[in-house]
Amino acid sequence: MKKKSGIRGFFKKLYKYRIFLLMLMPAIIYTLVFAYYPMTGIVLAFKKYKYAGGIWGSPWNGLNNFKFFFQSGQAGLVTRNTVLYNVLFIIVNTVLQIAVAVFLTEIKNKSFRKISQSLMFLPYFISWVIVGVMAFNILSADYGFMNRLIESLGGERISFYTTPKIWPLILTFFNVWKGIGYGSVMYLAAIMGIDTSMYEAAAIDGANVFQRIFKITIPSIMPTTIILFLMSIGGIFKGNFDMFYNLIGNNGLLYNYTDVIDTLTFRALITNSDYGMSAAIGLFQSVLCFITVLVANKLVGLYDKDYTLF
Amino acid sequence: MAETIKYGKVKMGKDQILLNILAYTFCGVVALFCLVPFIMVVSGSFSSEEAITHNGFSILPQDFSLEAYKTVFKEPMVVVRAYATTIGLTAVGTTLGLLLQTMTAYVLSRKDFEWRNFFSFFFYFTTLFSGGLVPYYILITQTLNLKDNYLAMLLPLLFSVYNLLIMKSYITALPESLIDAAKIDGCGEFMTLFRIVMPLIKPALATVGLFIALAYWNDWYNAMLYISEEEMYPLQYFLYEKVNNIEAYKKLLANNAISSSVVSSMSLPSQTLKMALTVVVTGPIVLAYPLVQKYFVQGITIGAVKG
Repeated sequence: MKKKSGIRGFFKKLYKYRIFLLMLMPAIIYTLVFAYYPMTGIVLAFKKYKYAGGIWGSPWNGLNNFKFFFQSGQAGLVTRNTVLYNVLFIIVNTVLQIAVAVFLTEIKNKSFRKISQSLMFLPYFISWVIVGVMAFNILSADYGFMNRLIESLGGERISFYTTPKIWPLILTFFNVWKGIGYGSVMYLAAIMGIDTSMYEAAAIDGANVFQRIFKITIPSIMPTTIILFLMSIGGIFKGNFDMFYNLIGNNGLLYNYTDVIDTLTFRALITNSDYGMSAAIGLFQSVLCFITVLVANKLVGLYDKDYTLF
Repeated sequence: MAETIKYGKVKMGKDQILLNILAYTFCGVVALFCLVPFIMVVSGSFSSEEAITHNGFSILPQDFSLEAYKTVFKEPMVVVRAYATTIGLTAVGTTLGLLLQTMTAYVLSRKDFEWRNFFSFFFYFTTLFSGGLVPYYILITQTLNLKDNYLAMLLPLLFSVYNLLIMKSYITALPESLIDAAKIDGCGEFMTLFRIVMPLIKPALATVGLFIALAYWNDWYNAMLYISEEEMYPLQYFLYEKVNNIEAYKKLLANNAISSSVVSSMSLPSQTLKMALTVVVTGPIVLAYPLVQKYFVQGITIGAVKG
């Protein structure tokens, strides 16, 4: 039979799929309102926002919002911070999550394995607000546990919340802390999928347990590792606002080391009510994210076509 | 013993013993690191304010005291209200979100729907590019005029493409003949979805439902952006606000104190109060956690497989 085409065919299909389309309608409307409509708002990046005029009535401002963002030096600073933090997080998380997965599978005592895995998973369930309180409990200059520890060891108190340099370490700690149980699950699943006959063959050949780990386990989970790594590369220009805002808040003393694109966008909007500049930073980030996701996806595709996202 | 046989070995070699020591130590230490901050918050909440001001926080409670909890419950309604808001939002949001996600995933997984790829991309594209914070903020606060409206906390988390993908991969995994059979028996699409598909994907509903519920339970961001009415604060933002403005909170507690004696806000604890408040907010989720953990583990591994 000849395939129907053109307008008539389209309406026929529209009728044929009416129930499907009805079922999709809520999600379509939601996505149009909450995702596609806001995309048109990026024109604000080129405007001087006036409340009365709204998005469309405000006067054009050319590239001034971007000019200010770049010339103030903030663009370089927050982009550098965002990328460096993400690189740091990706590397440390990958290494530690794999280590957890490998070691957990080596633990033969079932209850020890279960309990330790459950404890590692616990931080994933709490909000960053609570993590912020925990960080205060540990790091507060006057009441913090860390300073108590340092003093009892004969050291000098550290005022963490006024010492920017130390924050890459602290932020990495909490980032790893919150995600280690969750992140290691993927690697655990990959290890469970390894063909056990390989281990048997290795044992017959006289391989010791470390050779077994480094020659079989690690290479076998390499595909998973590379896919997850490339996928996280896609988010390298996204700062975790929840984490930075709850641990740093409005502590300007630390900004040189802790300000990321997302926190700057937020402050430009909420603290300074500078809609145009905030929109410009947001657009800058969206474009960078878009490009990196495409590149990362391309790389995933080159590695293994089955794992590409689109 | 069974495991050593699995690797074809009769007895544990030196390398195996060393590996065991490494594995137990590493996992034990990591697990302890994950637990200790929780214990320290609990210990801080059960300590006396003087002990904390003098010595700082510690792993075990110092000078055991319930003062901080008594202070929190001087005005229990404030906490109860925040709980009610969060529970309400979580219940409504999870139900609606789950329904929305399942219905959408069902259609997108139907092979006889020729436009499914177009619509999949229509949804997927929104994870690749977004308008950013400002247009979204203007949409909620001005276009939709939802400032100080519960919808401003409900709508932003209702639909997530990642959850949609998890759901879709579960439904796609069902045998096609099942849906064909339902059709032959005269089931309409809605009936097929609710009577045939939904009962079969209960684990998926549990997993995705928990992901949505956790997102609502832990949300503070939307409240911070869109809610200024204190009575409407959900739990997490309530905690954020009180911990960061502890003096204002103490004033409120002192003024509302039911006891006949005059309470000055100065006499109320600060540091231990922050910890007690955190425990009151965190408690239920930590207690519910052992029950739900396995569904999360399922979800993570499924979600990683392409939808």
